[in-house]
Amino acid sequence: MPATESRVSIKSDQDIVLARQQGRTMAADAGFSAVDSTLIATAISELARNIVTYAKTGEISVNAVAQNGRRGIMIVASDDGPGIADARQALRDGFSTSGSFGLGLPGVRRLMDEFVIVTGPGQGTTVTVTKWRQVRREK
Amino acid sequence: MEVPILKQGEFLIATIQAALSDADLEHLRMALIQRVVRFRSRAVIVDVTAMDVMDSFASRTLKEIAQMIRLRGAETVIVGIQPEVAFAMVQLGITLESVATALDLEEGLAYLGQRFRNFN
Repeated sequence: MPATESRVSIKSDQDIVLARQQGRTMAADAGFSAVDSTLIATAISELARNIVTYAKTGEISVNAVAQNGRRGIMIVASDDGPGIADARQALRDGFSTSGSFGLGLPGVRRLMDEFVIVTGPGQGTTVTVTKWRQVRREK
Repeated sequence: MEVPILKQGEFLIATIQAALSDADLEHLRMALIQRVVRFRSRAVIVDVTAMDVMDSFASRTLKEIAQMIRLRGAETVIVGIQPEVAFAMVQLGITLESVATALDLEEGLAYLGQRFRNFN
């Protein structure tokens, strides 16, 4: 039985690689295609980099989940960093406060099926994203 | 994880062999620029076949490499972007419009060979 949860503590850019590799392995174990596993690994990479850039340290947890007979992968990226004052603005393409790319969160939202962000000034940031396995329709 | 850079006549070939950290990518950027200057190279091929993920940081660094190399009057070709990686890049909103790409190393060399023959 493959692991249903994996946690990676994010402290440096090396941990970004570790987190996305673990996520890819879990996605493949859960039966995701190579394309979807890469989408999940890319989302983890972006979320982990946000932690390193804005909060310095945090954690990525990757969970194998099931709902209504569907299997999925849920990623929780959490940190105790400065938080985001205007989450709505941070979800717009091209917005960045670090002078960097500014594609992070809107891009992650496009890669995944579900996206929830809980944040506020001084409250840290928790981003929870889920991708569900494509179910083949039978005719 | 150091990326080997091979000198092949007027070209340089950098072959990424595993997943790279941000620091590795920054190191590659510096190493390539230094060698382009030292060898007066006319073009650089970066083979990314082994890259597991091309996220915003990796794409931005590759774009910067290409821009710096262009300022030296040389050209960069990115080769070997895997189909699933390309799919994720498009979803993420990443474009490498300003950088030449080719299917693999062979196609990249053929592209450069043609280009420099036409300019001679």
